[in-house]
Amino acid sequence: MSQITNILVCGVGGQGVMTATEILAEAAISLGFDVKKTEVAGMSQRGGVVTSQLRFGKEIRSPQIGPGEADLLVAFESAEALRWSHMLKPGGVALVNTGCIVPPVVNLGLFPYPEDPVDKMRALGLTVHAFDATSIALGLGNIRLGNTVMLGASSDLLPFPAGVLRDAVLARFGARKPQLVEANREAFEAGRKAVAGEAVAA
Amino acid sequence: MPVSQTLPAPARLFLSGNDAVARAVWEAGTRVAAAYPGTPSTEIVEVLSRYLDLYTEWSINEKVALEVALGASMVGARAFCAMKHVGLNVASDALMTMTVTGTEGGLVIAVADDVGMSSSQNEQDSRYWGRFAHVPVLEPSDSQEAYSMTLAAFELSERFRVPVILRLTTRICHVKGLVQTGSRIEVEPAGFVKDPRHWVMVPGNAKPRLPKMLERDAALRAETEVSPLNEVIEGSDRRIGFVTSGAAFMHVRDAFPDAPVFKLGLSCPAPIERLRAFAASVDALLVVEETEPLIETELKAAGIACHGKDVLPRLHELVPDVLKPAVARLQGEVVEPPEHVAAQQVFPRPPTMCVACPHLGVYYTLSQMRNIIISGDIGCYTLGAGHPWNALDTCISMGASMGTALGMDKGRGAADANKKIVAVIGDSTFMHMGMQGLLDITWNRGNVTVLLLDNRAVGMTGGQDNPGTGRDIHGEERSRVDFAQLCEALGVRRERIHVVDPYQLPVLFKTIREETKIEEPSVIITNRPCVLIDDYKPTQPYMVQEDRCTGCGNCVEVGCPAIHVTRRDKVVKASGKEVDLSFVRIETSACTGCGLCVQPCAPEAIQHAAPVQTLQFIRK
Repeated sequence: MSQITNILVCGVGGQGVMTATEILAEAAISLGFDVKKTEVAGMSQRGGVVTSQLRFGKEIRSPQIGPGEADLLVAFESAEALRWSHMLKPGGVALVNTGCIVPPVVNLGLFPYPEDPVDKMRALGLTVHAFDATSIALGLGNIRLGNTVMLGASSDLLPFPAGVLRDAVLARFGARKPQLVEANREAFEAGRKAVAGEAVAA
Repeated sequence: MPVSQTLPAPARLFLSGNDAVARAVWEAGTRVAAAYPGTPSTEIVEVLSRYLDLYTEWSINEKVALEVALGASMVGARAFCAMKHVGLNVASDALMTMTVTGTEGGLVIAVADDVGMSSSQNEQDSRYWGRFAHVPVLEPSDSQEAYSMTLAAFELSERFRVPVILRLTTRICHVKGLVQTGSRIEVEPAGFVKDPRHWVMVPGNAKPRLPKMLERDAALRAETEVSPLNEVIEGSDRRIGFVTSGAAFMHVRDAFPDAPVFKLGLSCPAPIERLRAFAASVDALLVVEETEPLIETELKAAGIACHGKDVLPRLHELVPDVLKPAVARLQGEVVEPPEHVAAQQVFPRPPTMCVACPHLGVYYTLSQMRNIIISGDIGCYTLGAGHPWNALDTCISMGASMGTALGMDKGRGAADANKKIVAVIGDSTFMHMGMQGLLDITWNRGNVTVLLLDNRAVGMTGGQDNPGTGRDIHGEERSRVDFAQLCEALGVRRERIHVVDPYQLPVLFKTIREETKIEEPSVIITNRPCVLIDDYKPTQPYMVQEDRCTGCGNCVEVGCPAIHVTRRDKVVKASGKEVDLSFVRIETSACTGCGLCVQPCAPEAIQHAAPVQTLQFIRK
């Protein structure tokens, strides 16, 4: 990884994109990095596109990541992964939830939902780790665990140990509701395993 | 939701620019803070409301917020108000006179410009107000500076007895960075000094104050030439020296780490002589400012050669990948953009109304009506302009739906003679600026039907309270507006005021149709709460019985995001007409059981489902 790590997290309003990025930031802060985080989420709860950007390193000036500058793309939704593919730098990695959220304009028949966005990304020569985080979260009993599953999956792609991120996840959710600690620990590990399995299969 | 930092002890905290401003306002010993919520400024006073050792309020609009702050300043208290860029247009009437009176207790106005337009109707540059109103403008470039410049702004305000504008942009307000904070100081107000010549701005009193304002301008021009808020960052590559401020400063430093930079912290008045000296120290000067060529023009007027908007875009953010190629062109070089795959074409995903939003029924009903002109306003319900409703014809500014509708009614010619004119406005927007427009409609007997969508919240900005909710900024019970009575007081006849449940589509349709036929002002108030606030109670969800669904797609036209098309088909009718069919399912986990989609479903294919755990994909 370069001296500065650029992470772009994307998804749809309401999925927990901003919270996930916040937790990634907390992990980086705990290691003493300078950190900046920003987002475009004016319509965050209204089903619009949400992207959150995280940069950390020795000193961070601009908070923004340009096209071709992201080390890691964490996509909570597969069409959004395709939409933001151009942000990845050569050799960067995309982590993609294969779950889909179909917007009203597609239901109305005005636009098609892309067929197999992950396949399209691979055809572009990108390194993609794809798995169904939504199903894993549902399997664990709550779709809201989806962002922890995604964080678990990203934990081995970061320039610091997975345990640092896991601690940040548990601190965040445990602080609000102690009973959520176990569920989130499980979700985090499920995400890690899913990516390890996917990486072997791919 | 921003983190609440009620820690009295100094600490290094990860704060957004808004959080940082709030922290500094509290530390400065401020006693009064007021705002009307508006992206990207909303969180400042929202965060401040959690610090209980100062008074905070949601005001009716930005002008009132500024007047509240001025009142506090008059009695010697430190005072603060916040608004988005368009809010300063509303507050400007008060601003333009308080710059003549001056202030007592430090008065800071945080104005958040939406550079890049994430959620606003225009992209205006509020730095102009500094020149127009003769007040200083400070421009922080990240959270740490948002914090330190807020403290500096109070000092400056008290030294020069002038309100100070803290100009923020979206990329300051909504960027988080690390901030070293301090402790709160207590500032005891000096008390009000009766002095009509100072505070009563009749011409006889105001005239002698104008020269004082010009004296203050001169003192501020001297201050800016020595202020530590303006600084030069030395650089080894002297081919281009940058003059910049705000978020653009960080972008410049990122893109050109070796270049000398003149950083404007106190950008109004601009430190012209220091800039002249800086210009002489570099081969060429480039002004990087968001968004208008304001400093550039001032430099040129002072005879200082510079580049600016001749090479840089006039609109939107000046991020590193915009700056690099522009500067390369200036230097006669070519910079290859970073290597990456081409941007992929994917369907647009515009924001839409929430599952079960009470506005869905209103826009569905309006979309089914013909010969209608719909004058819209600012809020969630502006989304009615989108698919599938396409049921909004205008949207200008807070409260403008009223006057615009009246103007259309009065100005219409034969082509529009048979059209019905409807104005749509939310509860908070109505109180912000809509009431005056409605009064104009009634007084001038405009043939306008007003739909007042009372969802008991400032929905768009996150559900803040207003006088219609009967709660204050802390959630404490307060007086509650009765909209029917208010509209009656504004001149709408009692018989022309209806309160309607927006989930009862036939009643809604009938009421709108009848009222639009009657040639006098009427108001139809809808009365169901925003689904994102606590007042909303979800009930048993619905599901589609597949064997009954005929694919008519009526339910899709309602626009609820919980309805998904599973299969499309085409049939040819006996008449030879081709009909598209859309077979649907309901995302039962997201459905809250509002029952809107049930009503247009002729074959009664939508039935209650067994209760399941709510997934809350869309809802908080």
